[in-house]
Amino acid sequence: MTGSGHIISTQAFPVAARKELGDTQLRANLRSATHTIRDKRLRVVSEVDDWEELRLAGAAIKDDVLARLPDLLVQFETVATAAGAVVHWARDAAEACAVVADLVRGTGADEVVKVKSMATQEIGLNDALARAGIAAIETDLAELIVQLADDTPSHILVPAIHYNRTQIRDIFIRRMGGADLSGLTDEPAALAEAARRHLRAKFLAARVGISGANFAVAETGTLVVVESEGNGRMCLTLPETLISVVGIEKLVPTFADLEVFLQLLPRSSTGERMNPYTSMWTGVTAGDGPRQVHIVLVDNGRTSSLADKVGRQALRCIRCSACLNVCPVYERVGGHAYGSVYPGPIGAILSPQLTGQDAGANRTLPFASTLCGACYDACPVRINIPDVLVHLRQSGPKPAAERAGMRAMSWVMRDRRRYAAALRAARRGAAPLRLATRRRGAVRHLPWPLSAWTSSRDAPLPPRQTFREWWAAR
Amino acid sequence: MVGRAVSTARDEILDRIRAALAGDGPARPPVPRGYRTADDPGTDALALLEDRLVDYRATVRRCAGTGLAGAIGAALAATRALAVPPGLPAEWLSAYHGEILRDDRDAPLTLAALDAAGVSVLTGCAVAIAMTGTIILDGGPGQGRRALTLVPDHHVCVVRADQVSVTVPAALARLADRSRPITLISGPSATSDIELNRIEGVHGPRRLDVILFG
Repeated sequence: MTGSGHIISTQAFPVAARKELGDTQLRANLRSATHTIRDKRLRVVSEVDDWEELRLAGAAIKDDVLARLPDLLVQFETVATAAGAVVHWARDAAEACAVVADLVRGTGADEVVKVKSMATQEIGLNDALARAGIAAIETDLAELIVQLADDTPSHILVPAIHYNRTQIRDIFIRRMGGADLSGLTDEPAALAEAARRHLRAKFLAARVGISGANFAVAETGTLVVVESEGNGRMCLTLPETLISVVGIEKLVPTFADLEVFLQLLPRSSTGERMNPYTSMWTGVTAGDGPRQVHIVLVDNGRTSSLADKVGRQALRCIRCSACLNVCPVYERVGGHAYGSVYPGPIGAILSPQLTGQDAGANRTLPFASTLCGACYDACPVRINIPDVLVHLRQSGPKPAAERAGMRAMSWVMRDRRRYAAALRAARRGAAPLRLATRRRGAVRHLPWPLSAWTSSRDAPLPPRQTFREWWAAR
Repeated sequence: MVGRAVSTARDEILDRIRAALAGDGPARPPVPRGYRTADDPGTDALALLEDRLVDYRATVRRCAGTGLAGAIGAALAATRALAVPPGLPAEWLSAYHGEILRDDRDAPLTLAALDAAGVSVLTGCAVAIAMTGTIILDGGPGQGRRALTLVPDHHVCVVRADQVSVTVPAALARLADRSRPITLISGPSATSDIELNRIEGVHGPRRLDVILFG
């Protein structure tokens, strides 16, 4: 069964990309932000002399998890339950949302504080809670900006990467109720202070916290959340009830395996040696933190991806977003063009695999790449994204005209005489065009249906002489 | 009713995984562990830790011998009231003369008391990682529950020289009790959400003083 939620693009990527490319402010913000983080990442990765060994270990640990997934999930459930947590399972987005909404309703609370979590974005939890009469307050600074602006995130790690400081100040002044913000400047420190004041009372009064998890340790039943601001610690520590939504692929086998990922993740994502705060908790601890701890294990299409032997490596992903920051396509179009909470290179392989390529316009996502391979080099768990992109392009649904064209090409190219004859015919047909295009040797606009090819590239003309002809004549 | 639906979901997900792995499922790969795990004895761990903490805008004070209480007193010069966890060595407080708020399992401090202006918290730690500038709290004696080091705006943390490891693997291996809540702290609260530049000070303590002892 395939996944659902906010991972289905409603618009073909080229159409969405064209719209985003028209926004010059967006392109300037994106370029500056992606280059800043790219340089920081390179600096801190280059000071680790065993980085490649860490990547090899990280990839192998995650592959090991996938190979033993049923056993490790049951082990995690058993140990976490013994430690006082309640483990729930959800097949898809709707079921996960229903489980969480039921749990919140059971506490009597009508407001929850949230730690930034890709899993809860993926399943569309905030909308589902709103329909159940429960207000979800995002507490990560960037998520708060996006929520106040009534917008959607455009980056995995820094969801408000598409806004600059002046735009953020304007959003705060317009939408942050309660305080007098008329004198607010666009100094980042002043903006952070405004967010601190806005959320402080919410944290101290919160009865229910909702989080995801970066890692779930099968051996000990421990969940791990990696963050920067301290909003995560607030949500994980102060409420009476904590509900964590965790994808089934988030497991690591042992506590010691965290030694690999706590090195790979911070340096790859924010370009820091270590993120300011990492929280680990195991079930319920008397006198410290929430008294009710729930864990919702979510499939939502992960098992479909697991069944694909080329594509399943996408399930190694630890959501660092290094691939977004190095991608020449993401840098220009931004996250919204991908139509899913998972943008960039990883989104282009993850979204269509979770939903199936027939969902919405997701079959266009594997084409949102130049196959340059920068994402593979940057990936801390060595996901060969270009390989999976090509695999998805080959296995995805094709328009009838393309299938017919490819069949005809295949017939022509299977036989040497047919191929030579076709080349001669093409050269004769191209002669007048060669005059028209003068020395450029390429056509910029072909008539329909070939215009689909020339809409984004030139069509080269056949050469005056082939290699075989030159060889025979020499 | 919820219970029945959930157990069905559990069985169905486990069945789907087994089906996905059947046939050409991946073999268990060997995990190559060629990365550094042990500390290099040639590294000056304290100097490295200080460098990394300062880089994250934490304030670092080095002291030895009888200088600890004085260094703590200096870090608390502007403190109105000091929250302390159970199990904190009494001599650490000998140079501090302000109000003391003792947190206790049976009589925990209220969040409002911890949130008041001018409140600092003083703790020890379990382990520290020099390479990443990280302090690890595991709720052991002298560290307290998590809210204690989260709600006050100023955290003073004492790190003994023998608690410092150089690498992440060596430090994690020293955590004795992994079932308690564990918090890794690397500098004061920070965000990179505005134009991807790091700003110190959002929700956690905005000032972190680390006292390296020994």
